[in-house]
Amino acid sequence: MTAAASTPADADLRRTPLHDLHVDHGGRMVPFAGYAMPVQYPDGIIAEHKHTRAAAGLFDVSHMGQAILRGDGVLSAFERLVPGDIAGLAPGQMRYTLLLNDAGGIRDDLMATRIEEDGADALFLVVNAACKDADFAHIADALAGAAELEILEDRALLALQGPKAEAALSGLAPDCADLVFLQGADMTVDGTDAYVTRSGYTGEDGFEISIPPGAATALAERLLADEAVAPVGLGARDSLRLEAGLCLYGHDIDETTTPVEAGLAWAVGKRRREEANFPGAETILAQIADGAPRKRVGLLPDGRAPVREGAVIRDAQGEATGTVTSGGFAPTLERPIAMGYVGAAAAEPETRLEIELRGRTVAADVAAMPFVPPNYKRA
Amino acid sequence: MANRKYTEDHEWVEVDGDSGVIGISEYAQEQLGDVVFVELPEVGKVLDRGDEAAVVESVKAAAEVYAPVSGEVVEVNDDLNGDPSLVNSDPFGDGWFAKLKLSDADELDELMDEDGYKKFVEGLG
Repeated sequence: MTAAASTPADADLRRTPLHDLHVDHGGRMVPFAGYAMPVQYPDGIIAEHKHTRAAAGLFDVSHMGQAILRGDGVLSAFERLVPGDIAGLAPGQMRYTLLLNDAGGIRDDLMATRIEEDGADALFLVVNAACKDADFAHIADALAGAAELEILEDRALLALQGPKAEAALSGLAPDCADLVFLQGADMTVDGTDAYVTRSGYTGEDGFEISIPPGAATALAERLLADEAVAPVGLGARDSLRLEAGLCLYGHDIDETTTPVEAGLAWAVGKRRREEANFPGAETILAQIADGAPRKRVGLLPDGRAPVREGAVIRDAQGEATGTVTSGGFAPTLERPIAMGYVGAAAAEPETRLEIELRGRTVAADVAAMPFVPPNYKRA
Repeated sequence: MANRKYTEDHEWVEVDGDSGVIGISEYAQEQLGDVVFVELPEVGKVLDRGDEAAVVESVKAAAEVYAPVSGEVVEVNDDLNGDPSLVNSDPFGDGWFAKLKLSDADELDELMDEDGYKKFVEGLG
């Protein structure tokens, strides 16, 4: 048998502040973006996934890049790099946005939250682990003179996700209940100063808690002492986000995909479209007006066999029309699901397609995403 | 189980007369994690040792299962179509994959016995 899953963790890998906790809880450590991270715990990916949807899952996302961008006019300055309406953020408001290249391709996707420090505006940024060095170099370089970037190198980030997340966290941080989806605030969590946002990557209600590394393990153990909370690894993080229809950078989006192709045109702010002053604006605005040549779509393969990243997608005439970018098994739906890019003519929901699988093809329907409805606390 | 033999790729074959039942080991199922689909060979297919005999899909990835010995597929475990997690819960029993009519019993001598395989797995750390 050959399985990619049997790669052992490398001694050269970086460790998050929660590394020993993962090992203590039986986490199977694998290399991910230069870090040793738990792919699963003894309960397994399906149980961890279902527990997150039913109760609450605790994820270590300390490998992600955290930074604060400061300076006079920092909100407008950051708009030079992204298509989102950053200047329009209210204090404590968080927004999903995209670092773009000049061709309109996506350098990374990130969360930006407007924070206030002694009355001055700043942005709290959370970027993907695999992109963080390049992102931070790009931001610091492109905004040199206009804004200053402080990288929060060793800071921990915990995500608590699921319908019981608020009940579990509010015992340690009562103020968390005041937040709604995509809001953040400074608060004391179990006696430690932290920055908490109501956000996540699972489609569930939940929180991300940014705290100093020395307090991370004690907080995680306090949360895990609640019987509603179980530790969840990268495996279920991936299956949860796929059910929620959320993109994984480097797979579903990259430097060659535009926001319009990726179905992320909603992240291009209305005012920003009028101003047309973000990287790649010409390409992106033309695609918004005229349509993109290809689109990211959801895919529901017939039968039980998952289709995987890289599989060729063919249209009804048998012509190759794109590739699968994420695919796997959806524990909530108990069936395979996938996403991928197809030509615009094949992108309508319920279009019948064929996906190559081990020398044959399986039929699949284009499906609306998310596959599982979100459960955010909006107000 | 004295007549169960193993490969270094974590397949096993349990021999009874001139036929052998094949599957994957406890170590293999644990490494794979939750199995969600098994693609079994067709009855009548003739496999050489090392040929792809089946594909196991876990939540995260696909893994190929190789024939530990040569032979013709005479039966497959259809229960895996309804409940692929049998590979996790009972890899040496109800989670079997296929039964082969062995074409070269001498091949068994090149496989590890229970003790040999146990030491091999311990050596993987």
